[in-house]
Amino acid sequence: MPESAHSLSIPSAAQHLGKVRRFVEKHAREARLGEEAIAHIKMAVDEACANIIEHAYDDARQKISVLVRVDSERFTVCIRDRGRSFHPESWSKPNLFRIAESRRGGGLGVQIMRSLMDQVEYSTQGDTNEVRLTKFRCGQPGRNGGKTV
Amino acid sequence: MSNFSVGFREEAHIRILDLKGELDAHTVSELEAALQKCREDKNHHIIVNGAHLQYISSAGLGVFMAYIEEMREAGGDIKIAGLQANVFNIFDLLGFPLLFDIVEAEEEAIRKFDADRNEKNES
Repeated sequence: MPESAHSLSIPSAAQHLGKVRRFVEKHAREARLGEEAIAHIKMAVDEACANIIEHAYDDARQKISVLVRVDSERFTVCIRDRGRSFHPESWSKPNLFRIAESRRGGGLGVQIMRSLMDQVEYSTQGDTNEVRLTKFRCGQPGRNGGKTV
Repeated sequence: MSNFSVGFREEAHIRILDLKGELDAHTVSELEAALQKCREDKNHHIIVNGAHLQYISSAGLGVFMAYIEEMREAGGDIKIAGLQANVFNIFDLLGFPLLFDIVEAEEEAIRKFDADRNEKNES
């Protein structure tokens, strides 16, 4: 399969999340991924962008870039922002019962990304944060094998 | 334009919310408004029918979690019915069946509410 790359830039506002999901779905279908893998990638990317909108930026005019890379081994989505960084070392697995007791939703996005993708990697270079979500095509770590780096 | 909607129905003492479309961080305010309406109407017996719910993100899941304790403390519940397989898989993946009563059909959720009511009346 030839390598390919596709990019999309959206303002930091939740109304654009549907556009992001359709963008990654289109390219995942072109890459001939299975239905389950496509659904997982769409949701993980949605969660990553929603986290940026909620936690990294305060201004809806700021930009989020979404870059899809496809090769013979993997389908990778890099999501970049220039807002506040996320520190994965401070994250711990949420407890559903405690969230319900607190009567506040939220806190599940990172758990979803980790559960649905094979790799979840965070990095910051200069003023740019990147979360890299990887789904291997086959014979690789599967569902729930996600690692957060 | 939003591609999510919430429809309201009544079945005896039960409020049924019909979810349709894609529930994400953008459209979640409509679900919050619907549950807020149930709270204002003091209707704590709620069935969420997800037969036409095509997608749910953590924003939508979070709303159910924000309301479940309040509904149960008031003697009610939020029961979830009719989810499509891809949506149920997300609930299941996160362990929601431990916290929520999730059933295949709306009728089953109604029967469970009726059984709960009969049990309370007898005790």
